[in-house]
Amino acid sequence: MTTETQTYELGNHPDLEPPSNTTGIMGWLRKNLFSSYVNSVLSLFVFYLLYLYIPPLIQWLFIDAVWTGGSREVCEVEGAGACWAFIDSRFTQFMYGFYPKDLLWRPNSAGLLLIALMIPLFIKSFNYKWMLGGFILVIYPIIAYFLIHGGSFGLEVVETNKWGGLMLTLVLSGVGIVASLPIGVVLALGRRSEMPIVKSVSVVYIEFWRGVPLITVLFMSSVMLPLFFAEGTDFDKLLRAMIGIIMFQSAYMAEVVRGGLQAIPKGQYEAAQALGLSYWKSMGLIILPQALKLVIPGIVNTFIALFKDTTLVLIIGLFDLLAIIQQANSDSAWLGFDTEGYVFAASVFWVFCFSMSRYSIALEAKLHTGHKR
Amino acid sequence: MTDNQHIIEMNAVHKWYGSFHVLKDVNLKVSKGERIVICGPSGSGKSTAIRCINHLEEHQKGQIIVDGTELTGDLKHIEQIRKEVGMVFQHFNLFPHLTILENLALAPIWVKKMPRKDAEEIAMKYLERVKIPEQAKKYPGQLSGGQQQRVAIARSLCMSPKVMLFDEPTSALDPEMISEVLDVMVELAEEGMTMICVTHEMGFAKKVANRVIFMDAGQIIEQNDPHEFFDNPQHERTKLFLSQIIQH
Repeated sequence: MTTETQTYELGNHPDLEPPSNTTGIMGWLRKNLFSSYVNSVLSLFVFYLLYLYIPPLIQWLFIDAVWTGGSREVCEVEGAGACWAFIDSRFTQFMYGFYPKDLLWRPNSAGLLLIALMIPLFIKSFNYKWMLGGFILVIYPIIAYFLIHGGSFGLEVVETNKWGGLMLTLVLSGVGIVASLPIGVVLALGRRSEMPIVKSVSVVYIEFWRGVPLITVLFMSSVMLPLFFAEGTDFDKLLRAMIGIIMFQSAYMAEVVRGGLQAIPKGQYEAAQALGLSYWKSMGLIILPQALKLVIPGIVNTFIALFKDTTLVLIIGLFDLLAIIQQANSDSAWLGFDTEGYVFAASVFWVFCFSMSRYSIALEAKLHTGHKR
Repeated sequence: MTDNQHIIEMNAVHKWYGSFHVLKDVNLKVSKGERIVICGPSGSGKSTAIRCINHLEEHQKGQIIVDGTELTGDLKHIEQIRKEVGMVFQHFNLFPHLTILENLALAPIWVKKMPRKDAEEIAMKYLERVKIPEQAKKYPGQLSGGQQQRVAIARSLCMSPKVMLFDEPTSALDPEMISEVLDVMVELAEEGMTMICVTHEMGFAKKVANRVIFMDAGQIIEQNDPHEFFDNPQHERTKLFLSQIIQH
């Protein structure tokens, strides 16, 4: 360290630049990677590992990969990397399952309609967000159902057992997410209610559904439930799975929301009451907006878990994205490309889950209103 | 039974927390325009007493009549009374997710079904009265404690209450912010608002109160006009309390 030789008149000390070895890239490296001997050794070791594994991975994934081709022969050449041709040739099936090819415009337009409806929600100056949101949650599912399932307006019926792939995953998780949050909120309020019957019904519901594995729920919905119905009244397998998932996830959602409700100070409830707000108004206007904001990370966590849990429907014979990839893996025409299939499935799931996570962070930042009281 | 002179009547009110007897035979009649200060040591039941008036606490015995309506378990009566009784809390209890203006306009819009535009006009009028109209677009977390408490007073006033309850409104404030809140309260008193204040601000009591009430162990020990109360306390317990707060 050099000692400061120059002196300044008292009270006129100018602003000086910070020492050069504490700023810029060198400063950052010194502080974060090489701050001690142990840290330096660890950093170098990690660099070595990255050097060892990343280039071959990129080579396999992208550089040597075979992107198109109608059969396995294109991938069986010397030095070929990942066989994306497999994904490419099965892509439609991975996206839509066994949905009739000439009717694909129907799920496509349902998807595009949803995207088109959601765009205004992200525009700041758009003033009818509540109305549009309500439309998306209430009217849109009906439109989407008639588009994808058909049965009226001259549209041919496509039974749900033909639905599959990413489309099925999105339908299951979309409906699951949209339905489980409000049910969860009602259950959470019920569990905190002072009315003993409401409270015990909520507690029993939550503890029952939290206490059984989702696989059991799906099994019961698909195998046991039909036994209780008279022959012929059997209702749709997809619908049953959907109800099972909603029941199951809403119990988890209820506990997440309850955590938020408990974190709201008693004074907020009292202030709302003292102003003359009724129970539902004080919940809807004062308590829930704060409580839900507080537990956004937990809510999104549950959404992500729900999204990934939809893959379990493969055990009751529904072909979601993962199930249909697995089925394609065992196709004799494309044997031996399981890795590519699973890498593809993982990337699709990751993209959706990561988007949800990012969106929740953006939402938290947007709803942040200065310091907490 | 109802007496038009009295806007609040508490007749032989008792309350228990579990088996703990917090309010013992509390009798209090408040006339229109009267300003009452309640003081007493902590745990004496003074906050509980005024929280019974708008049913934030439920009394188990006795009778409370507010503006001719008796408080029972009936939700209709409770909501009716809460519309007419404003309350200011020790910890302000503003709604942190709403702007100041939204905090004020909320109850007029949702309880009185007033159009948003009118509600916001009223809100601005009261923000001007508590001298912080420029903070309307901010959030509570961005205001100082004194400003927050003034907003809380304005929020109650927006409902045009007939009675205002103050539950230790200055106890959570930094010393230099107390006077800005007390000034607003004095102004309110001068305009003839019926007020019941639980407070230890004896200067305020001397200045505006018609009557000072001393509570201890759930009972009203003594009540008198401020001069008599401070200069000539009757009861031993009152004398002890006054000597303790005057010491510092």
